[in-house]
Amino acid sequence: MDLYPLYNSVRIALISAVIIFFTGIWAAYYVSRLPRSLKGIIDVILTIPLVLPPTVIGYLLLRILGPHRMVGSFFLEYFDLRLTMTWWSTVFATTVVSFPLMYRTCRGAFESFDENLASAAQTLGRSSTWIFWRLRLPLCRQGIIAGLVLSFARALGEYGATSMISGYTPGETATISTTVYQLWRTENDDLAVKWVLINLIISFIVLLALNLQEKEKHH
Amino acid sequence: MSLTVDIEKKLASFTLRVSFSAGDGVLALLGPSGSGKSMILRCIAGIEKPDRGQIILNGRTVFDSEKKVNLSPQERRTGYLFQNYALFPNMTVRENIEASIRKDHPGSSRERHQIATDMARRMELTEVLDRKVTELSGGQMQRTALARILVNDADIMMLDEPFSALDEHLRFTMEKELSQVISAFGKTVLLVSHNRDEVYRLADHVAVLSRGRLEDQGTVEEVFARPATVTSARLTGIKNIAPAAVDPDGFLTVPGWGIRVPPAAWQLPGRGSRLPDSQNGQNSQERQHCQNSQERQHRQNNLDSRNSPHNQHIQPSQNIQPSPEDQESSSPLAAGIRMNDIRPAALAKGPGSVITLAVDQVKNSLFSYTVELHNPQVPDPLPLYWQVSRDVWQPDGSASLDLFIPDSAVVPLRER
Repeated sequence: MDLYPLYNSVRIALISAVIIFFTGIWAAYYVSRLPRSLKGIIDVILTIPLVLPPTVIGYLLLRILGPHRMVGSFFLEYFDLRLTMTWWSTVFATTVVSFPLMYRTCRGAFESFDENLASAAQTLGRSSTWIFWRLRLPLCRQGIIAGLVLSFARALGEYGATSMISGYTPGETATISTTVYQLWRTENDDLAVKWVLINLIISFIVLLALNLQEKEKHH
Repeated sequence: MSLTVDIEKKLASFTLRVSFSAGDGVLALLGPSGSGKSMILRCIAGIEKPDRGQIILNGRTVFDSEKKVNLSPQERRTGYLFQNYALFPNMTVRENIEASIRKDHPGSSRERHQIATDMARRMELTEVLDRKVTELSGGQMQRTALARILVNDADIMMLDEPFSALDEHLRFTMEKELSQVISAFGKTVLLVSHNRDEVYRLADHVAVLSRGRLEDQGTVEEVFARPATVTSARLTGIKNIAPAAVDPDGFLTVPGWGIRVPPAAWQLPGRGSRLPDSQNGQNSQERQHCQNSQERQHRQNNLDSRNSPHNQHIQPSQNIQPSPEDQESSSPLAAGIRMNDIRPAALAKGPGSVITLAVDQVKNSLFSYTVELHNPQVPDPLPLYWQVSRDVWQPDGSASLDLFIPDSAVVPLRER
């Protein structure tokens, strides 16, 4: 059994989780401090990938990153770099699809943060940087970790946008989800069941870990 | 040390518009919840920005809308005791205290460690120094919050409802502790409270706030003895308040109670709305502070022997003088009588009137009775409450009572 799809899925999910960790926290922090009217609009824009069908996201990504499109043709011309149909093209899809999970969970955590703590630190002479790193992040830790785990799990299971932007090339762009589809299509049930089990086990472990870290805080 | 505030800020349901100044000692902002008290503190601390005005702290302009000055909270050096104390919950007591030592404080991490240790000893926190603040009792939390302000070397201490987060039985002890911390602090202290007893015992001066406006201000003795407005009277604990008018002869009449007070009696102890004079020289301020501390101590002692929070026998202080403002101010539209100032006719003393009142109800308290009365001789009687110590009077079942109301007990109340 070729384990390349497992390796590929995990590295893609990890890379997008790292990207989402920083962008999600950053977006959540700034949006939670915006005035109400602006907040509503920006929030919709950042959350919409959560409710769009992945195929729509894949289509939009291809319209931007495709070799004949604006960004895609630019990279192809100046860097001789194709943005689609490589293993790392999938990162675009998984990042966009799972970003809202991180962003929303973190925003919830930041908004439930007691602003009096920040005010108290300010009156005691502490800088905004100190407040962010020593108060906001540690006190919102649980929300941040929850968002990270959820978006990692979502990235691991991404299929729709992935198949559009990277296709299925065995040993190259194959992920667990595209492999399962391919195996089902070719009626290779034995192998399909194995991959389904692998996927179930990973998701189970990830979500169990999430619940365990939430419980830890109560004690 | 001094503070001058003159600010305006539009809030959701009213506009906050206040102007006051404070020297050393404790100035209390007394007002019902939602009257803008905390907002004033937040504006001084720099957490909120007033729409207009000026805030001067120890001669430093920390906010001036015209000169476009708006110092950050970090630069203002105000010690703010939040209602829930706002301790950093992810840190221990020691980390909370060390995080509050200013960066400009010269000293190595060992010295900071020592500062925190010393402060903990002073605030009786040594035993819990390495505990998370979430594991502390209410009293320990308040002491930690005070320790943070003290190591921070703030120029002013602002206490926002300091006892509201505490259990009833802790308040008494914490009030004594806080009183000692305030005396040792020795600089300007602002106390925000809706509790008249706290204010009476802890503060030297008081400003009464209602819907964003200062209604009444003066020394604690002045304001509690002769509150100027209806709101001020309610907040200082006067339970009997009724519409009043001045008749052509200059008598203050309260039709609902059937009481008439001669002009000399109700006009004499008038007072202007004055605030502590922050322009005094340093020496006189210090003297004033010492005297204030003694007075405060005196009040604190009085508290111990007092039966009930309503039982306040306040002597008007000697520095009350009729001010020219009083003659100009509007005539009274209500009158107030403290429940405890009414006496049995047999104990009548000084000018006043004896009236026969019908007894409606007698309520039994631990050390006193509260008697609901009305005057049957007037057409539309209003209830009058009398609180009397059990040593002085016992209910004897009679339907009416002869009671003496001293003229000096009838407080004229104006609109503002």
